[in-house]
Amino acid sequence: MTWAIEVYLRPELYDPEKERVRETAAELHIATPAVTRYCRLYILEGAAGEETVAHVARVLLTDPVAEQFELYRLDGTRKKEASGDVAYVLFHPGVMDTVAQTCEAALSILDIEPHRVRTGRVYYFAEPVPASAREAVAYRVLANPAIEKVYWDRIDVSVFRAAPEYRFELVHVPLRAMDDEELMRVSREGLLSLTMEEMRALRDHYHALGRDPTDVELETFAQTWSEHCSHKTLKGPVHYVERNGRGQTVREINFRSLLKETIFAATETVRRLRGDHDICVRVFTDNAGIIRFTPEYHCCFKVETHNHPSAIEPYGGASTGLGGVIRDIMGCGLGAKPIAGTDVFCVGPLDYPPEQLPEGVLHPRRVLKGVVAGVRDYGNRMGIPTVSGAVLSEPEYLANPLVYCGCIGLMPAGAENKAPRSGDCIVVVGGRTGRDGIHGATFSSAALHDESAEVSGGAVQIGNPITQKRMLDALLLALEERLYTCITDCGAGGLSSAIGEMAADLGAEVWLERVPLKYSGLSYREIWISESQERMVIAIPEANWPKFHAICQQHGVEATVIGRFCGTGRLRLYYNNHQVADIDLRFLHKGCPVRTRRAEFRLAEPKELAPDGIEQYAQDQGKLAELLDRVLSDYNVCSKEWIIRQYDHEVQGATTVKPLVGVRQDGPSDAAVLFPILTPGRGLAVSCAINPRYGRLDPYWMAACAVDEAVRNCVAVGGDPNHIALLDNFCWGNTERPEQLGTLVRAALGCRDAAEAFLAPFISGKDSLHNEYRGKLNGQEIHLTVPPSLLISAVAVVPELNRCTTMDLKKPGHILVLVGETRVELGGSAFAAALGWHGGQVPRVDFQMAPRIMQAISEAIGRGYVAACHDVSEGGVLAAVAEMAVAGRLGAELWVPDNPFSDGADLTRAASAISWLFSETPSRFVLELAPEHLDSLAALLPRPELLQVVGRVVPPPRLLVQASSQGPILLEADVEQLREQWQRPMRW
Amino acid sequence: MRVLVLKAPGTNCDLETADAFARLACTPDVVPIAELTAFPKRVHDYDIFVIPGGFSYGDDIAAGKVLALQLKHTLLDELLAFHDRGKFILGICNGFQALLKTGLLPGPSSSADAAPRVTLSYNDSGRFEDRWVRLRFDPAQNPLASALQAESLESLECPVAHAEGKVTVSSEADLHSLQDGRRLIIRYAHPDDPEFDAARSVLPYPHNPNGSHGNIAGFSDPSGRILGLMPHPERAARNYLHPLWPRCRAQELRFHAGLAFLKAVVAVAQGRFS
Repeated sequence: MTWAIEVYLRPELYDPEKERVRETAAELHIATPAVTRYCRLYILEGAAGEETVAHVARVLLTDPVAEQFELYRLDGTRKKEASGDVAYVLFHPGVMDTVAQTCEAALSILDIEPHRVRTGRVYYFAEPVPASAREAVAYRVLANPAIEKVYWDRIDVSVFRAAPEYRFELVHVPLRAMDDEELMRVSREGLLSLTMEEMRALRDHYHALGRDPTDVELETFAQTWSEHCSHKTLKGPVHYVERNGRGQTVREINFRSLLKETIFAATETVRRLRGDHDICVRVFTDNAGIIRFTPEYHCCFKVETHNHPSAIEPYGGASTGLGGVIRDIMGCGLGAKPIAGTDVFCVGPLDYPPEQLPEGVLHPRRVLKGVVAGVRDYGNRMGIPTVSGAVLSEPEYLANPLVYCGCIGLMPAGAENKAPRSGDCIVVVGGRTGRDGIHGATFSSAALHDESAEVSGGAVQIGNPITQKRMLDALLLALEERLYTCITDCGAGGLSSAIGEMAADLGAEVWLERVPLKYSGLSYREIWISESQERMVIAIPEANWPKFHAICQQHGVEATVIGRFCGTGRLRLYYNNHQVADIDLRFLHKGCPVRTRRAEFRLAEPKELAPDGIEQYAQDQGKLAELLDRVLSDYNVCSKEWIIRQYDHEVQGATTVKPLVGVRQDGPSDAAVLFPILTPGRGLAVSCAINPRYGRLDPYWMAACAVDEAVRNCVAVGGDPNHIALLDNFCWGNTERPEQLGTLVRAALGCRDAAEAFLAPFISGKDSLHNEYRGKLNGQEIHLTVPPSLLISAVAVVPELNRCTTMDLKKPGHILVLVGETRVELGGSAFAAALGWHGGQVPRVDFQMAPRIMQAISEAIGRGYVAACHDVSEGGVLAAVAEMAVAGRLGAELWVPDNPFSDGADLTRAASAISWLFSETPSRFVLELAPEHLDSLAALLPRPELLQVVGRVVPPPRLLVQASSQGPILLEADVEQLREQWQRPMRW
Repeated sequence: MRVLVLKAPGTNCDLETADAFARLACTPDVVPIAELTAFPKRVHDYDIFVIPGGFSYGDDIAAGKVLALQLKHTLLDELLAFHDRGKFILGICNGFQALLKTGLLPGPSSSADAAPRVTLSYNDSGRFEDRWVRLRFDPAQNPLASALQAESLESLECPVAHAEGKVTVSSEADLHSLQDGRRLIIRYAHPDDPEFDAARSVLPYPHNPNGSHGNIAGFSDPSGRILGLMPHPERAARNYLHPLWPRCRAQELRFHAGLAFLKAVVAVAQGRFS
């Protein structure tokens, strides 16, 4: 029998889901009748009679005080009782349904025989939904077609039929007989994303072997050689040509490996120069970068991207993105305990007109709400505080949103070494394997198009954080006893990548029929490449298996031996004793044909320093006030409190400097600081920096500025600039196009030079290179490419608690000091964006002076001179001081210096003043000090002119901007009003 | 004092909760629920039984629901016996949700009436929120209230972090019956206005972060030895976790009041107040 139970809130109680529907429909301009009742739907299939099902509904599914339920037989002919329409939302078959899994487990607690449970949602509308609006209401307001189906008025029970059993049949792909065209057809239609050269190399390889590959062999090559898994572009040779504005070649570089000669090389240089004070333990080799932290614990950090899945299903994409990077930490070395998460989202214009969305593209608001919810639900449930992040909204992200998720972990010193041994069992731990996420790795290595959602529906995954939390708890116990020799996560490419990598120097045989499945019907090929979440692979000596298995059982974690490592140098796969693959591991890992890619960059002509008419803002207080309003309410600048509060950023009881600080805990901290319970007395500062607006002008300076800002943010909260590590994440367009690769080379050079200047090593990185969209907008072909989007994340040690410093103004009578030199650098600034002006000089880093400024600030903080410290970034000095005043609920006077610029720019006095207020020259800090510390601070700086007294803290909560301390008033604004301007845009 | 910190799948505040009790000279053990349901009598080795925060079983169906079901089916008798022996049962956040759904809270009514009908439902804000709140304790006649008084703890600042924390009663009568003078009632309070009477007036968002009826953040049973609350005192157990600490760290401020609160719980479990 099949029963349906609809559970709903008592009508007099407030129902947030009804409100969400109303709000979403309004945002998307979709006319829809009100939802009069929203129900959670549970479908039970099994032997139970009505009485038993009613019992289940009462004791398990319904809250006796707040909810009511309705129970009925689901035979497909249920009549509508409502006067309006009813929409039933159910998952597509095979999509992860975590609530159903929990229900099935709960039935056993109630001693009820096993039933198949499905869950869904039901919406009763006040009136009929017009047929013309049904599609939009269903799939843009209520459900996501990538994972769910909406049934109007009745559920089609025929979809519940069990999947057919799988019948083994070995499939060969007749590669040897194929011409180029057929090779490419196989690659394309099989979603393999292999290039012509690669297909030819495979054909030649199998020609030499005298046989055709099996389907699963071909898949293994496609996964391993995918951009996503191998990073062949950045690790491969690149011929780079740089031209000046007139087209003359000014620089040419032949990289044998772009990454090795830029970012890795910088790390090598830094390690050498730091000598005994080198902080790196393992870099660029493991799932995450590992640095020294305390004598007992190392710190590891990794940031991943999950862009394509998030474009199609924001919630699932972001949650599995975070879940994946958490597994990177769990599988780094022999395993680490995740202690913090980070996230950065790049989305299209949040006020984009919904009618003008290109086909197949979700509205940016929907994307942002979905990805925030995804990170929230995964991070909160795993108990990992999400403490640092950013949101950027730019037009080019409309069809290609970017989602970066990071995780930091603590690893017992010594656990960084791992290697499987011949004879070790291959064990898969955690979640079961289903069809989810098949072809995720190859999918992310191709551009999006307007049918991506349909073609790649299988690439969408939903996570189950509790499965992963249980696995984490069990693995940390097993780690304490050192029960296993190697561990890695199942990410993109699933078992094929995880086992392929672990076995690279050894060999392995795998018995695919032993892999625990979510449901029957999977072929050996699907088992091997499935990207089902929450799985890890470990190598475990046979003698330790019983103990390991016992720990897993105690935590309710499934662990299964599915193969053995052996010194054959071959990867052999079996299904019920049939050999289905026999791959030479050396060819798998070294055989991918290397191709030199072309990269070109054209330097921009110098532009005017400041826009025409800039003087008006110095002459009219109202105009300057309005300009400041636009800067503070820029989506890239404004308060992200709506997001931050949805994250449990304080779980684990370690968040010492929180992402929001100040009197009312609503000021933007430059970085978060954690003092983990495991490492008393020693903390970690975590920050990030990303600015695609600079990237449009010059990716070299974008990269250098991002490194500077990430370091600056850590230093501002008390981090030690001598103990700081960096991560790079490149999200670019299609780098097969020389001009795209050119901007990337430029950015990599910027990373190299900045890392060497700051003596801050890069320890890990990742790239995502096909963030382009081809589709239609109003019938016209369009092509969107993301701007150069380099995220730099940083982690720094905070050697003692008392160094923790926040950015909120503390005390009237204190003075405000600007440290660092200011140049007229308005290119790509928030000021430029507010005016819609495309000129200006992109901010540049002074590599000699910047590291010395960081050292001086760190020293000043260590000596206790600094009451508040805020980095100067988007919006310049004016935005920085405004934020400090808001956070401290105190007033400030800000005095524009008489000679504000180090470069003696040729501007009028009025133009100078405004440029100084908004310039985004990096390596600058606004400090609040007691006046008696001024001289001591000055003595720490390499040059006296690096310090300017620019204002003071005053009791009335007003911001007063003056041309010099006695000069005319340029702006007067209430702090309350500034707060409103800064908070308003994302008070959702 | 031995403290059992229960760990269900999805529990995630076990370590900081254990850490806070350890700093009160207690001996905490984090015990997986599978271990305890296999040997329910083990609960009697302890003096305090804590269900810490987290997302037990993913909070699927409803927050704390499946954990409550499991406790009810495997441990309820032992927990009632544990309580009868004068011992303490504490539920924080997800633990409070679970205690309510087992029926251990609100516990028997002091009068002949049926127990008040109360539950925790979805926040009015419609979302999960992590923010610091101020709490105050109603005067009450039970050991816990006396212990708090002995600690001279009238109010407490600590964070809430939940999506389903709105204390919801069936009716005014249920609210009245909950506030019977014997239960300790913990209310959200106005951070700036000490005169604000949260028992009688509606406290605006975000001071009442979820829309709880009566601005109630937590309550005990009439014995004062079964306590549930949504806010997290264990996250306010160290000075430097308080958001205002960076502003006034030099001063002697009681930023670790969460620890004093748990100290009162320990004192009651020790039988020092009755």
